[in-house]
Amino acid sequence: MSSSSSAQSANASAVSGSQLYCRHAVGVRVMHWINVAALTVLLMSGLNIFSAHPALYWGKSSYTGSGPVFQITARETDGQVIGMARAFGREYVTTGALGAGSGPGGHVVERTFPSWLTLPGNRWLAMARRWHFFFAWVFVINGLCYLAYSIASRHLGRDLAPTAADWRSIGRSVLDHLRFRHPSGEAAKQYNVLQKLAYLGVIFVLLPLVALTGLAMSPWLDSIFPGWVDAFGGRQSARTLHFIVAWLLVAFVFIHVFEVIASGFWNHMRSMITGRYRVNLEVVDERAR
Amino acid sequence: MKERAELSRRRFLARTLGATSALALSGCDALSQTEWFPKVLGTGEQLTEAVQHLIASRRAMAQEFTEADLSPTFRSNGTAMPASPEYAALAAGGFDAYRLEVGGLVKRPVSLSLSELRALPSRTQITRHDCVEGWSAIGKWKGARLAALLEAAQPKTQARFVVFHCADPMESDGTSPYYESIDMEDAFHPQTILAYELNDRTLPIPNGAPLRLRVERQLGYKHAKYVMRIELVESFKRIRGGKGGYWEDQGYEWWAGI
Repeated sequence: MSSSSSAQSANASAVSGSQLYCRHAVGVRVMHWINVAALTVLLMSGLNIFSAHPALYWGKSSYTGSGPVFQITARETDGQVIGMARAFGREYVTTGALGAGSGPGGHVVERTFPSWLTLPGNRWLAMARRWHFFFAWVFVINGLCYLAYSIASRHLGRDLAPTAADWRSIGRSVLDHLRFRHPSGEAAKQYNVLQKLAYLGVIFVLLPLVALTGLAMSPWLDSIFPGWVDAFGGRQSARTLHFIVAWLLVAFVFIHVFEVIASGFWNHMRSMITGRYRVNLEVVDERAR
Repeated sequence: MKERAELSRRRFLARTLGATSALALSGCDALSQTEWFPKVLGTGEQLTEAVQHLIASRRAMAQEFTEADLSPTFRSNGTAMPASPEYAALAAGGFDAYRLEVGGLVKRPVSLSLSELRALPSRTQITRHDCVEGWSAIGKWKGARLAALLEAAQPKTQARFVVFHCADPMESDGTSPYYESIDMEDAFHPQTILAYELNDRTLPIPNGAPLRLRVERQLGYKHAKYVMRIELVESFKRIRGGKGGYWEDQGYEWWAGI
């Protein structure tokens, strides 16, 4: 729509060709970064906790007669430690990533996940649990504050709920994403429909699910209403789901960060830190008037 | 010129970001080693305990299962055979010489043989055992209700905790026997039993023979095996590491509801 020749001419309209506006309210920015910190600690301490028993099961218990659905393990052959992952009866050599990795002095040792991915770096279940449960509270309280804020400030209804036009534009939005085409001008001030659905899916499906499957693992909370854990297929299924949802969140973060980079990394970073986001406006050609 | 300034600023920011995450990583590990920071993190668990007590009644019952849910073999974790000559002698005699001592802050200290324990009011329950490591196993337990035993011993009013002293040494030199403790509300909970049967058979040695605690709704390390002596106390601060249990002294939480 905008004419590029006029944008280059040094007239008044070109100077006002871009505009900084406040994209994210201060509350959203603060809660976003608290959530980043909390989820990072939760993931890394969670992987340390998982290392204490690196196997996942489906059912009410771990010992039902059928084996684990997923397992990370290590085997020693001729003095060589080999890391392995087993899933649904298949076995994969994963040395360096899962099961075995470089330890002190560069030797390959038994290690469920690389130490840079876990918190603490060494296997330390008691400490990992402290980190995990402290930041679980940070995550839950922050999440509840965000929900209350989003409803009260109409952030949810105004910015996140898809409009009728959004639903109609799904096909075009998919194509735009595949071509890495990003909206400019006024359209860039609003989330696109896929973005809205992704955020809503994370906020109302994945995050509550990761919290609930976490709570389902607590033997004390199981007694609130005996049997509620069976809604997830039992405690061990809940543990498996907790693990899967955690990785779905990681997948979301990868896509989210990719899109941030692809559509203007520094602009987005500034807007999530200071609130200010720059949009290029349609330039009115003075001479054409 | 402006472009170059912008670029170097971005490079500076990118480097700061990289350095911050590296620092954060090693910083978190350094924090874990300090005296004070784990205590800060521990406030989270205190909050958990308070909230869990608020939303789940102290009398709420743990989920019970059916025979179909039983684990084919009930996993033995930790000690499979206590490495002490006294225990070996007891086991060799089929635990005929075993006596459970109940003392401390009680009006009437008692000492019971296995047949006397079997004569106490009992409870049978199929429950899920959740290990702190992450696995679960389902077993059928039969045992004397701890409440019945405590009623016989008559706790003094100042008694606040029940401490379980066990036969299994946790150090290879035969020292540091396992121990655990629970509060009075859990002690009098109907599902809290001293189990002498697992899956309709005499409790096997790897699972804690002749007597193990079942304190459903808490993690596996609370369920002390090889229980020899029960002591009622006002505080466990002066017992061993002062944290109320062997694993608690190693940094695990005394409250094991999560």
